[in-house]
This record gives sequence, structure tokens and C-alpha cells, in this order.
Amino acid sequence: MARTIVAAALPEAVPARSRALPENLVGTVLVAGLCLLLVLIIALPLGTLLIKSLETPAGGLAGLDNFRTYFSTPTLVDALLNSLTVATTTVAIVVPLAFGYAYALTRTAMRFKGVLLALALLPLFAPSLLSGIALTYILGNQGFLRGMLFGRTVYGPIGITIAECLYSFPHALIILVTALGLSDGRLYEAAAAMGTGRLRTFVTVTLPGARYGLVSAAFVVFTLVVTDFGIPKVIGGQYSVLATDAYRQVVGQQNFPMGAVVGLLMLVPAVLAFAVDRLIQRRQSSLLSARSVPYEAKPNPVRDRLSLAYAGLVTGVVVATYGVAVWASFIRYWPYNLSLTLDHYDFAAADADGWGPYWNSLVMALSVAGIGTVVVFCGAYLIEKLKLFPTGRAFAQLLAMLPLAVPGLVLGLGYVFFFNAPWNPLNVLYGTLALLAINTLAHYYTVAHVTATTALKQIDPEFESVSASLKVPFWQTFRRVSLPICMPTVLELAVYLFVNAMTTVSAVIFLYGPDTKLAAIAIVHMDEAGTTATAAAMASVIMATALAARLLLALVHRFVIARAQAWRRREVSA
Amino acid sequence: MKALALLILALATPVAAEAAERTKLTIYTALENDQLGPFKAGIERAVPEVEVVWVRDSTGVITARFLAEKDNPRADMVLGLAASSLLMFEKQGLLAVYEPKGVAALKPAFRDSFGPYSWTGTDASIGVVCFNVAEAEKDGVKTPVRWADLLVPALKGKIVMPHPTSSGTGYLLVAGWLQGMGEEAGWAFMDKLHDNIAAYLHSGSAPCVQAARGERTAGLSLDMRGAAEKTKGAPLAVVVPSDGTGWDEEAYAIVATTKQLELARKVADWGATKSANELYARSYAVVAYPGVATMPANYPANAEAAMIKNDLGWMADNRERVLAEWSRRYEAKAAKK
Repeated sequence: MARTIVAAALPEAVPARSRALPENLVGTVLVAGLCLLLVLIIALPLGTLLIKSLETPAGGLAGLDNFRTYFSTPTLVDALLNSLTVATTTVAIVVPLAFGYAYALTRTAMRFKGVLLALALLPLFAPSLLSGIALTYILGNQGFLRGMLFGRTVYGPIGITIAECLYSFPHALIILVTALGLSDGRLYEAAAAMGTGRLRTFVTVTLPGARYGLVSAAFVVFTLVVTDFGIPKVIGGQYSVLATDAYRQVVGQQNFPMGAVVGLLMLVPAVLAFAVDRLIQRRQSSLLSARSVPYEAKPNPVRDRLSLAYAGLVTGVVVATYGVAVWASFIRYWPYNLSLTLDHYDFAAADADGWGPYWNSLVMALSVAGIGTVVVFCGAYLIEKLKLFPTGRAFAQLLAMLPLAVPGLVLGLGYVFFFNAPWNPLNVLYGTLALLAINTLAHYYTVAHVTATTALKQIDPEFESVSASLKVPFWQTFRRVSLPICMPTVLELAVYLFVNAMTTVSAVIFLYGPDTKLAAIAIVHMDEAGTTATAAAMASVIMATALAARLLLALVHRFVIARAQAWRRREVSA
Repeated sequence: MKALALLILALATPVAAEAAERTKLTIYTALENDQLGPFKAGIERAVPEVEVVWVRDSTGVITARFLAEKDNPRADMVLGLAASSLLMFEKQGLLAVYEPKGVAALKPAFRDSFGPYSWTGTDASIGVVCFNVAEAEKDGVKTPVRWADLLVPALKGKIVMPHPTSSGTGYLLVAGWLQGMGEEAGWAFMDKLHDNIAAYLHSGSAPCVQAARGERTAGLSLDMRGAAEKTKGAPLAVVVPSDGTGWDEEAYAIVATTKQLELARKVADWGATKSANELYARSYAVVAYPGVATMPANYPANAEAAMIKNDLGWMADNRERVLAEWSRRYEAKAAKK
């Protein structure tokens, strides 16, 4: 079926006018353009900051002195080990959990898939502060379930790990759903025909197919945990990690060079991720070949019910946690006055800007989603599917992997130094929503890029080879084959960017102007001012908005995409 | 797309309409959210041709941001920011030299005595203990009067304070003990206090908020935060230890590169007047203008008497040394707790 589609698509794509544009030239120019864009929004701001790591706070040349000072700090080893411990634990918990969840969503005939996917992404929809607030209410020294910790305190590694698990789960889930979602049903039929057992099929077919996704998910989770400072700051108590080290150098002591040094250290996992990515990529064969048939789970009552129970349990924990935070937003004064009130939703009482920041966030998030999705997906296509200008593509790939490893705070500072420099003609953007949008796109580029790449990798390069031999330019193949196949992923990307733009704090806290304060920043301010309930209320509004966007996507998927993608299924009669 | 355009329009319109009549003055501040409205109204009443535009964040963030932007400053003035931050800006030559009319009438501690006159203090922020009486009662601990009262074994693991390397408030407390008790006695006190500390938090206000929620029994923080939590209904005693406590002051200054120098000077003149100080006195107990004393709700009464003789210059000059010694003593140990 798929073959006939391609065949049908090609003849009309051959006309002479498409050959008029030299394909190689267009491709090279596009790749170069992508490199230029990434250099501008990622490399130069970071570079400007990294130069700072070689300066003294007063601006003189320090050489490697800052590094020497930092490495001689007695707490460094502790912070480093703590970061690694928390990150490794989180990966070990989250990746299997998310894999099981993604498996249930993609490989079983479980019911309520749309709702379960949307609810599992809930942590993504809420500013990370909210999980901190929720955990304090549940497991804190006054929390109603504090007995579950048997006298241990939530302020420390336990709290950080729980909160980081909640926070990173959806990131891993998105990548794994993509990895498991595009698979070749024929492999399973072959396995079944040969009488292969379920376990063996899982080990020899499912796992290898999802290998790239698994490794990506592990690295994404690991790096997210290492670079996040919001959670350790709120619930880390005495437990010091690299990200809080960066925070106190920058915000506590305004020592930008030292902040840059710590930021540089945190880049190590990203570089590692890049290396491993290259290594695995060499071995990964595409799963969705031109002859592929999507896997369709046949109903299996026992497996489906077990899956539903498992997914329900995981979702239950997530929803309950955030539910507590929403409930907190209606409580007059925790824990001494538990009467309910709507007062905390009158934002103007706690913040002079009232609802203004919310509308700013909405405009910013819509533009990030709109522009960002196009840039990220087309960029991933250029890097993944074109065969020309390999240096440029490898360079773009490296830049695309970088932002994940950069703590938002460090990226934000880099943006101040680069985009506010008197010599930079782009400094007119400073303080505008446009720069906030650019910064947010750069900050979340990596996961979006990895997701798009994972989807594209699973499409057989044969499509390109066939197109090339038929002299169809790549943009036709892109428009007629890759884009339609990846449409679900593309929409997923848009929602991912939208949601993160609604909730991001750390990078933009240095960049907003008088008229462009964002809702998530307002939340931090409210929390600092002790109006925790108002902070929870604003966070609940953001969460509701993001959830609405997600449900809209589920509807679009159900009524539009599912129909458009019907060609990938076998006809029932066949 | 249409909705987007409408939104942008809706956001842009009110701003554009007002801008036509008055000149915008961008002020970086660390004032509390609820102070912004009254301060804006106060300034605009005194200098009607100005429209105040705030960029507000916590002291650490706004200080870091101002320094990061120093090659191309975006602020016309800073106001309600710790004097220790302004001292840093002054040393780097980022502030305009201007002595507002009437500063001679202010208490000497609130006048810039460090270089060419460039900043003026408005009020003092005083280190306090936010003490949760409801939680303390459960453990049978009495409300402390002196710093030494925090050393009782019953408070072990129940006290939080700001991390001095992350928070100006934390450093202010440490510097207060060292200056007030003398270096040796100060470190000896902190050695013992350290045994009772549950965590050093990366925020100046969080310790008091945690104490207010009953998460901790005692949180070391600033007076205003304590009074605000108490007003909201927390069972707190806001204690200013009688043996002397560290403090910093909020101050304002004109940014050297401002294009609105004349207007900024008018605002600076207003900042030193009695009526401006009456506005400060609505949220702070100790203000720059002598004789203005309208005690805000729930403020500790003995605040001004307990303020140590604080040397901002000493605080700035010894900061690196003190923080290094602090880290050596408590951080390596803290991680192993």
C-alpha cells in the first residue's frame, strides 16, 4: 500500500520546473541557513558567556584561574557526586516507567489512550515550582502523608528525586512514544508466524527497535536533572548540586565568571550525549521501510486490562500530586486555616500586573509553537535526510544537542551579554517578547529536535533514494512523504514547545522587560513574597491552559490525523 | 492567527495611549509586589511628567541582571535595592553622581559616605527570627529573646536560615554576628547554631515562609517578611534579638547612562523628602528621615534599638574572606549531615 502511494506521488512530481532549481545548491543553502540560525541563537550567546569564564569578575583576564579556584572548592566533589547520584537514580526510575507507559499507549489495545497520554504529560504543563509546592504539602514537615517517609525529611535527595521524576517523566515519555509509535507490524507477524514467545519477541524485536529512543530518553532525563535548579532550590534543603552552585555564583554573588565555569562543567553530559548519539546512529537501521505496515495491537483482554491498571496507577500518582497543588490554591492559609476561598485567583491583589503576565505568556507561547515547530522539524529533516554538506549537518546537529545541557540561568545570562551588547544590532530586541520567544525556542530546542529526529530516523531512507533516482527534489519528498508521515509528531512538537514556553522561568528571568513579564515569572515572585496559594493559583491557570492545548491536539489527532494517516493501515479486506 | 493579532493589539494599546503624555522612567527594584503600586503613585504624584515603569525581581536576580547589562544599561534608576548592591554599582562607576536636595536632613547612616555622592538610603531591613509559636509550643520551647536562645537542644534540626553565599540576607546575618559579637565569638556562636540548623536555603524569604507554614520552628529572615507573614495569619513571633542584629538598608540612585537625567533628579529629590519617608514607613519600621515613625502592623517594637553599628564598607571589603571561611567551616560538614 505504501509503495503505491509513493509511486502515485512521483509521476506528477517530475515536471521540468522542479529540476530547474539545482537541488544541491538549495540543500546547501538551507543547511547553511540552519547553521547560521543556530549559531545566532545558541552558539554566540553561549560563546559570549564562556569567554567570561576566563575573565576576572572585574573584567580582566584570569586565564584558567577560575577553573583552578572552583576545583579547589571542597564542596565541588560533593555537588558533583550529588548531581550524578540524583540524575542516575532518576534515570533508573523514570526511563523504565516511561517505557512501560509508552508501551501501553502504543502496543496494546488499552482504552482511554488519548486521555491517559494527556494526563501523563501533566508535569510538563505546570511550572516546576508547582511540584515543589505540592510535595511540601504532601510530604513536608506538616504534610498529610509525611508518615510515608518514616521520619526522613523530604528536603534533600528524597524530595529532589521524587520531584525530578515527576518533572522528567513526560520528556522521556514523548521520546519513547515516538520511538515505539513508528514500528513495522510485519516483524511482529513474522515473529508470531514462527511461534516466537512474547518475551523473546519483546527482547529481539521491540527493544532493539526502540534502542535509539531509549538512549535518547536516558540522556535527556539525565541532563534535565543535572541542569535543573528550580527543584533543588525549593526542596533540596541542604543537599547541594551543580545547578544550585551555578545559581549561587550568579544570583548570590553576581560572580558571572564562576557561574560560567559551573555552566561549562554541565556541558559535559551534552557532549557525551552527542558522542553516544553518533555511535548509536551508525547502528540504527530504519524501522519504517517503504514496505512497512504499522503495528496494530489486537485486543488481548488480560494484557489490555493490566496495561490500563498500570497506566492508571502512574497517572493516578501524577494527577493526585498536582491535584493537591490545585487544591492548595483554594485554601485560605495552609496549614492553620483550611477553609476554601477563591481569593487567590484575584492576581491583582498579589501582583500589580494582575492577569497581564498571563496574556504575555500566551502570546509568547503561541509564537514559539508556531515558528519553532517549523524551524525544528525542517531543521531535523535537513540534518537527517540530506546527503550533502556533511560538515554543516554535523555542526548543526551538535548545536541542536547543546541547549539541553545548558542550565536556563546560564543561557539567559549569555543572552544578556550577547543580545544587550552595545555593538550588537540585534539589541533592539532586548526586553521584547520576540527575544523571549527566541530564547525559549533555543532553550527547548534539543528535546524537540530529538523527537523530530527519532520520527524521521524511522522512515526508510529508501524514500529519498527512490526520489533521487527519479530526480524528484528533496523538498517534494519532504512535502509529500516525510511531512505527512510525521504529522502526529509535528503536532506533538508544537504542543511541547507551547507548553514549555508557558512554564519556563530560569532563562527568561533576566530577559523580560517592563511590559513583558511572563506568568511563570509572576509565579516565582508570588512564591517569594510568601503568597504561595496565589502562586499555586496562577500555576493552575497555566496548567489548565496547557492541558486545553493538549486536549485540542488529541481531538485533532482523532478526527483529522487518524483519517489522514489511514493509508498506513492495511485495508481490512486485504 | 487572528486571535494572536487581537491579543497583541489588546496588549499594545493601553501602553501606547499613556506613553504619548508622559515620559517613561524605567526603575529596577527589589521592592515587594504590593509596594509597587503605592510607590508608583507616590512618585507620579510628586513628579507628574514621569510614568514609572518597574522591572522587579528579588535582590540577587535584579543585582545580577543590572551588572550583566552594565555595558548597555536599560534602567534609568534603581530604587528599593539593598545598599550593599548599590555600593557595588558605585565602585564600578555605574551610578550618576547626584546629591538630592534635602539629604542633609536624613540620618547619617542613610547617606552615601563612600565616594562621590551617588545613592541615598530609604529604610533599614533588619535581621529577625521568624518564630512559629504554635510549633514551638508542641516542643515546649520558649520564644527566644537573645541569639543564644536559639542554641537550645530542643531546636535541633528545626531552624533554617538563608545560605550566605546565595542570599544577601544570609550574609547580612553572618556579618551582623561577626561585627556585633566580635569575630571570635561570632564564629563560636555560628559553630553551635550550625548544630541546630536544618538547612541553609537559597533564598532570603524562604526561611520565614517555611517557619510561617510550620515546616520549621524558626526561620532567620528580614523584619518585613516576618511582619507580612504574621499579618496574613501565621502564628509567628517576629523576634529582633536584643543583643544586636545585622541589617542592610534599601536605597535608590540614578543610573549613570540615563537619558532622562532631569526627571530622574526630580524623583531622587522626592525620595529624600519627609512625605516620601512617610510612604516608606508604611512598610518599614526604620526609615531615613528622623522622627518619621508610624510602626507598620506586627513589627517588632525594639527594632531600631537592636540594630548593631553596621559598617557597609566592612561588609563589602570582607565579603569574600567571610564567605570562604563560612564555606570551610559549615559546607563540607553540612553535606555529610
